[in-house]
Amino acid sequence: MSRYIAQRLIESIIVLFVMSFVIYALIGLMPGDPVDLMISANPRATAEDAARLRALYGLDRPIGERYLAWLGAALQGDLGYSRLNSRPVLEVLWPRLGNTVALMGVSFILAILLALPCGIVAALRPRTATDTSINLVAFAGISVPPFWLAILLIILFAVVLGWLPAGGMPPSGAGLGAQAAYLALPVATLTIVTVGGIVRFVRAAMIEALRQDYVRTAWAKGLGERQVVLGHVLRNAMIPVVTILALNFGALFSGALITETMFGYLGMGKTIYDAILGNDFNLALVGLLLATATTLLANLAADLCYTWLDPRITYK
Amino acid sequence: MTARLAAILCAAVLGLSVATMARAAELKIGMSQFPSSFNPHFDAAVSKSYALQMTQRPITAYDQNWELICLLCIEIPTLENGLAKLETLADGGQGIAVTYRLQPEATWGDGTPVTSADMVFTWEAGRHPKSGFGNFEVFRRILAVDVIDEKTFTLHVDRVDFTYSSAPFEVLPAHMERPVFEADPAAYRNRSTYETDTTNPGLAFGPYRIVEVVAGSRIVLEPNPTWWGKAPGFERITLLIIENTAALEANLLSGAIDMIAGELGVTIDQALAFEKRHGDRFNIIYKPGLIYEHVDLNSANPILTDKRVRHALIYGLDREALNRTLFGGKQPVAQTSVSPLDWVYDPDVPSYDFDPERAKALLEEAGWMPGADGMRQNANGERLTLELMTTAGNRSRELVSQVLQSQWRELGIDARIRNEPARVFFGETVAKRKFTGGAMFAWVSSPENVPRTTLYSDQIPTVENNWAGQNYSGFANAEMDAVIDAIEIELDREKRKALWSRLQRLYAEELPIIPLYWRANSFILPKWLKGVRPTGHLNSTTLWVEDWYAEGR
Repeated sequence: MSRYIAQRLIESIIVLFVMSFVIYALIGLMPGDPVDLMISANPRATAEDAARLRALYGLDRPIGERYLAWLGAALQGDLGYSRLNSRPVLEVLWPRLGNTVALMGVSFILAILLALPCGIVAALRPRTATDTSINLVAFAGISVPPFWLAILLIILFAVVLGWLPAGGMPPSGAGLGAQAAYLALPVATLTIVTVGGIVRFVRAAMIEALRQDYVRTAWAKGLGERQVVLGHVLRNAMIPVVTILALNFGALFSGALITETMFGYLGMGKTIYDAILGNDFNLALVGLLLATATTLLANLAADLCYTWLDPRITYK
Repeated sequence: MTARLAAILCAAVLGLSVATMARAAELKIGMSQFPSSFNPHFDAAVSKSYALQMTQRPITAYDQNWELICLLCIEIPTLENGLAKLETLADGGQGIAVTYRLQPEATWGDGTPVTSADMVFTWEAGRHPKSGFGNFEVFRRILAVDVIDEKTFTLHVDRVDFTYSSAPFEVLPAHMERPVFEADPAAYRNRSTYETDTTNPGLAFGPYRIVEVVAGSRIVLEPNPTWWGKAPGFERITLLIIENTAALEANLLSGAIDMIAGELGVTIDQALAFEKRHGDRFNIIYKPGLIYEHVDLNSANPILTDKRVRHALIYGLDREALNRTLFGGKQPVAQTSVSPLDWVYDPDVPSYDFDPERAKALLEEAGWMPGADGMRQNANGERLTLELMTTAGNRSRELVSQVLQSQWRELGIDARIRNEPARVFFGETVAKRKFTGGAMFAWVSSPENVPRTTLYSDQIPTVENNWAGQNYSGFANAEMDAVIDAIEIELDREKRKALWSRLQRLYAEELPIIPLYWRANSFILPKWLKGVRPTGHLNSTTLWVEDWYAEGR
């Protein structure tokens, strides 16, 4: 097992190297460059100013040369400065990573806590009023556009009722209550749009598992519903669900662009998006690599989970 | 248990509301962008100037009446008052020596006086080849800075042009920035105290100073005790960054912010819709300014080389109706690239009122006759097809382009819309003149801004000049070049105004660009807020923030 994990980790490092070049090249090949953006709001900037700045920042060099320079510095621990924030990249990313983990983590846990019982109940009572109601709510969650839901929640809870802040980040030194208040609406938005998909997966996997011979055998042995459902059906049904959850877990670190934008929440999604649009090479690259690394690790964790869920699976 | 939880939640929410209401002397401003830098000389951005103009002041600036005034100096230097003097340069050319006297009481927030040494340092840093200042050319043109005394200095400039009175750059605090700069000029951009210690009081000499920055989220300012002018009206000003304009509105209605900055807030259509719903609760000011929406016509297209076609295109547009219908009449129709608010504007320049019959006649004169399907074609059977491009996702521009397309189709012109994301449109299509017909976008300018980069023939981007220049329409006219050259060096106001008139007439006659309208900023203010006076140019309202006060809040 440890050899398998080591092999997967080495593969992940290779993937990260390849991805770093692909991302760098893609951003570099986009039309325009940082100097265009720097001078766009400056009516006094001349063509000479633009040419001089391009030379100063090395933007007149071939992209391969620029990538190698970045890689050399990165391997020595220098990830560079963020152009859009005028600060070291990690200094920009760490707090936002923390914000994203808080936002996505809470909504992820809430979504699982809601989706598992709903999916199980729906699967155990297929084509009943309960199943139909759960499906209806799940489809509503899947279908609702997050930007619309966010505005709706802001209007209801911030404008009409005045209970919660409409957006932004809590003031410095804010207590846990204030922090929770600022997090409430973004978490609610994300949870609502995420939970439906997981409910549908849990329901489908449970129905599939309920049809298996070993479940019939378990019923025939006279086991109670709780033992059959939780001990036999759910455990086997979790294998496909874990795959989906692992993919969703990767998003924990890449953020939720629309929700973050709507609530003015400083997370990874908006940071990476702005960095790409603003030609902030260093920030975009490190942010995307972080998201890639998390997805790779989450998938490795999911593969390891399979061995726990199904002892027949082994890795060599 | 449930009841207790609900009680705790209610208490937390109520506590939060009470805490928010207690800040009576605070003004909370919503805006849509966070500055990428706090150093005045890197990354020009409206968001930065909005914040920094509360903390420090340029030496001279255009005021709300578009007059050049002193802010950090005490007298505008002119040839007449002797503070500016023509001088002969070492190479025999003519230069000018301009002397400024700084406000005697101007003091940085840490108690260090603002002096000529600050000016000398800023000049040295700006012209250093590795410093990366945005306007290197401005610094390069200053050959020397003579310190007369602590508060008086003279700039020796390598050429004479009519802008000589206007101080070319803002000062940096030498006592804080010089050591950082001298340690490594190439790293100064990122290591400037403005970036590493933004709340340092030594960076401010204006009415407010920055006391808190949460990157991407908020900037908090409080009165600066060393400010020498009128006492500011608020104990605290908080700039809250909310990028989504719908969320910006919701925040305003919920009371999370008091006002929306006109310089960086909602678009005009959103403001008009907001006014209909909530106009009774807020003062909404629409201020047209120096953002000029237009359609660049690519002169490389043989159809567009014919002046009659260009004239037909503008005669066929009902721009007044467009302004009335889409923008509630708040964005005045442009006749040329010179704003009606600018003193050099000539109201007698020929204008193109909506006249579809004349447009049709011009097209027919140019050989474009209606075909069987109503679209025009020439004697060779070639269809009169023009591509119209603009930025995808910009709602106002997309609506305008649809109106333009529809009105041109009425004339028999097969106008086809092909929009692109802003990044591609500006970075590739416009910059490399790849649009085949018209490209709709805006220019941002300043008062009496000479259109050298946009109209001079040597500013046409080409492969040979590595796509330098912004004359995207490819306009080349010897008389226009001569007029631009003449305006720049004409110091006599009356003579210069005559040259500006000629420039506007040439622009209107040749019509390399179709003028559309002057974009307006929408300021949504609480009724109790007084003293906010939009300028219409690039200087933000915050440059006079000490005049803002609350009345009957």
